[in-house]
Amino acid sequence: MAEPLLKVRNLKTYFISKEAQVKAVDGVDFDVAPGKVLGIVGESGSGKSMTSLSLMRLVPGPQGRIVEGEVTFEGTDLLKLTERQMSDVRGNRMGMIFQEPMTALNPVLKIGEQIGEVLIRHRRVSKAEAKKQSIGLLRSVGFPRAEQIVDEYPHQLSGGMRQRAMIAMAMACQPKLLIADEPTTALDVTIQAQVLDLMRSLKNKNGTAIILITHDLGVIAEMADDVVVMYGGQVVESATADAVFDDPLHPYTTALMESIPVIDQDRERLASIPGTVPSAANFPSGCRFAPRCAMAQESCHQRMPELRELKPGHYVRCDLV
Amino acid sequence: MWERGRPVSTLESDLALKKSQGKSILEVRNVKKYFPIMGGILRRTVGHVKAVDDVSFSLPEGETIGLVGESGCGKSTLGRLIMRINDPTAGSILMNGRDITRVKGGQLRKLRHDFQMVFQDPYSSLNPRMSVGSLIAEPLIVNRRGSRSDIQSEVVRLLEIVGLSPEARLRFPHEFSGGQRQRIAIARALALRPKLIVADEAVSALDVSIQAQVLNLLADLRKEFGLSYVFISHNLAVVKHVSDRVAVMYLGRLVELAPKRQLYNSPLHPYTQALLSAAPEPKRHANRERIVLVGDVPSPAKPPSGCAFHTRCPKVMDVCRSERPVLKEYAPGQFTACHLYT
Ligand SMILES: Nc1ncnc2c1ncn2[C@@H]1O[C@H](COP(=O)(O)OP(=O)(O)OP(=O)(O)O)[C@@H](O)[C@H]1O
Ligand SMILES: Nc1ncnc2c1ncn2[C@@H]1O[C@H](COP(=O)(O)OP(=O)(O)O)[C@@H](O)[C@H]1O
Ligand code: SF4
Ligand code: SF4
Ligand SMILES: [Mg+2]
Ligand SMILES: [Mg+2]
Repeated sequence: MAEPLLKVRNLKTYFISKEAQVKAVDGVDFDVAPGKVLGIVGESGSGKSMTSLSLMRLVPGPQGRIVEGEVTFEGTDLLKLTERQMSDVRGNRMGMIFQEPMTALNPVLKIGEQIGEVLIRHRRVSKAEAKKQSIGLLRSVGFPRAEQIVDEYPHQLSGGMRQRAMIAMAMACQPKLLIADEPTTALDVTIQAQVLDLMRSLKNKNGTAIILITHDLGVIAEMADDVVVMYGGQVVESATADAVFDDPLHPYTTALMESIPVIDQDRERLASIPGTVPSAANFPSGCRFAPRCAMAQESCHQRMPELRELKPGHYVRCDLV
Repeated sequence: MWERGRPVSTLESDLALKKSQGKSILEVRNVKKYFPIMGGILRRTVGHVKAVDDVSFSLPEGETIGLVGESGCGKSTLGRLIMRINDPTAGSILMNGRDITRVKGGQLRKLRHDFQMVFQDPYSSLNPRMSVGSLIAEPLIVNRRGSRSDIQSEVVRLLEIVGLSPEARLRFPHEFSGGQRQRIAIARALALRPKLIVADEAVSALDVSIQAQVLNLLADLRKEFGLSYVFISHNLAVVKHVSDRVAVMYLGRLVELAPKRQLYNSPLHPYTQALLSAAPEPKRHANRERIVLVGDVPSPAKPPSGCAFHTRCPKVMDVCRSERPVLKEYAPGQFTACHLYT
């Protein structure tokens, strides 16, 4: 593998208050290769969003804090930058889109003004030039009426249109890395297909690497080159997408694959994983999946397994495989 | 006997279906919901959003009907009409054979014990100042379902059912992630043991292992209590898994309605075909022919003439632009509204 664009090592993000220490992200490691799509999949509360917010240094404070780790992006450790230096990276070399674009878009600013703002901030272009480029960007994300859309407000757009406008904004400065947290979860399938198509073509055209966070294994299967499976704030399996889908090794990944309805199979009853996701305020001491794992042995409850490379490039956090 | 292309109204055939399968818990008859569009300085009605436009179907007791279609096609509006949260512009809604279209006040509140809705957005349906325990206990307390300790143990049981730990009842909604909040909303809806649940994207925000638990749970509740569901979801695999029949909506109208096997194995309407081809499957290199539709759904305030799908349909013909196709039965139990089959 070429030198990774982004290297995340031992990332820990905790929410610390008097009552509790919530280990939202607890020692996460992964690489993103330039121009590739890394899919991060995991259940709610497994730390996906906090991982992505940590990469952007947008963890909600004052309780939320990155307590340890390295996030090396294009050779620089982002965690060592000043807030000012970091804001030059954000929206510029690194773009982000969220599940609900309404929370990220400013409701009182026209779409064109919001995209323009990014260009003026990072590219120091004139207002007129910013508007011109905004129209071009909107056209590139599939708005035939881009000239009109620049003058419309977010509430005038449908969910899919807003998400595409968000993508246009995130892509404005041609970032090297796009972080997309559940970008199509709120969208219908035909619009999801358009947005995924769009992300794929932007990746191919501009060589933008993408971190695609989703709970939808279908989207991962379709989009990802590499996959990270998260559980309880940790990476439990990471490998190429082919390896994860054709030869999953971690008991959690296997169980996950069997618990989803699939269109071309009739599953009378879904194989659900018993129990609940452990609370990040109170993780079990051994393997975090042990209370729900069908393969668990006594030893699993005692010792936390390390993430081990079982096959070249295929990492698994389980002592029994 | 069924004849190819014979125009049968959904209603007629569903009444037949009802006869064969026992009584229906829900009947939706030619229901319309037009929202006025205000404009001009005098704020006069200048047009209408036809959110639901002449929809009919019936739901036999214990059955699940799946409702799919793109954002804005009227699924939630139809769900809210069924729940009597909104009044229909025309048409009627029957519950257990009783016309409830105009029931109001206290009687309506009583009806609501039997008919619960699980919403798309767990944020708006949960009061942020109430602990999770009180949120789930509230409907039980209001309706005097047992002593304090009964209610407490029921709350714990409901939390378990939806896959949350008992300690969750002491925490507040904002301390949970989105999926966890949706589970709280489901636990609350289940509290009064309803007969019909209108689930609007209810499992869409859940992660797969919990989604499987909830889908299995919905199936168990259905078997145990004869629950019926109107199941609204954009996830076609989930809809296939839970439904007996599936209705596909486009711009306020039903474009296809069929038993699930027929709908998934041999969809007739080009829109259904496109939807199915766009659904991502959790397999590498799934070799399917993908139909990527261009454009957005047109505004239901100005639906295209003729077949409302003609602006995006890969198989559009001249007649489609001027004549509106009617929903007809083309295979036993399979209805579609498309000129390709006339
Ligand atoms: N209270 C209202 N006033 C005016 N128009 C409305 C109102 N509620 C819904 N509409 C319109 O009716 C149409 C159908 O909306 P509805 O919420 O039923 O769609 P939906 O199929 O549930 O979409 P989604 O998948 O996004 O939830 C939309 O065009 C919407 O803008
Ligand atoms: N503001 C917060 N205060 C305390 N805990 C939080 C906060 N936000 C998130 N958490 C906790 O951090 C963990 C990881 O959350 P998150 O990254 O949002 O999960 P995901 O995106 O995988 O669903 C969860 O246990 C969640 O409850
Ligand atoms: S270490 Fe033990 S409990 Fe954990 S995943 Fe492996 S087998 Fe299961
Ligand atoms: S009626 Fe015409 S435009 Fe409409 S779905 Fe059928 S072929 Fe397509
Ligand atoms: Mg998240
Ligand atoms: Mg809706």
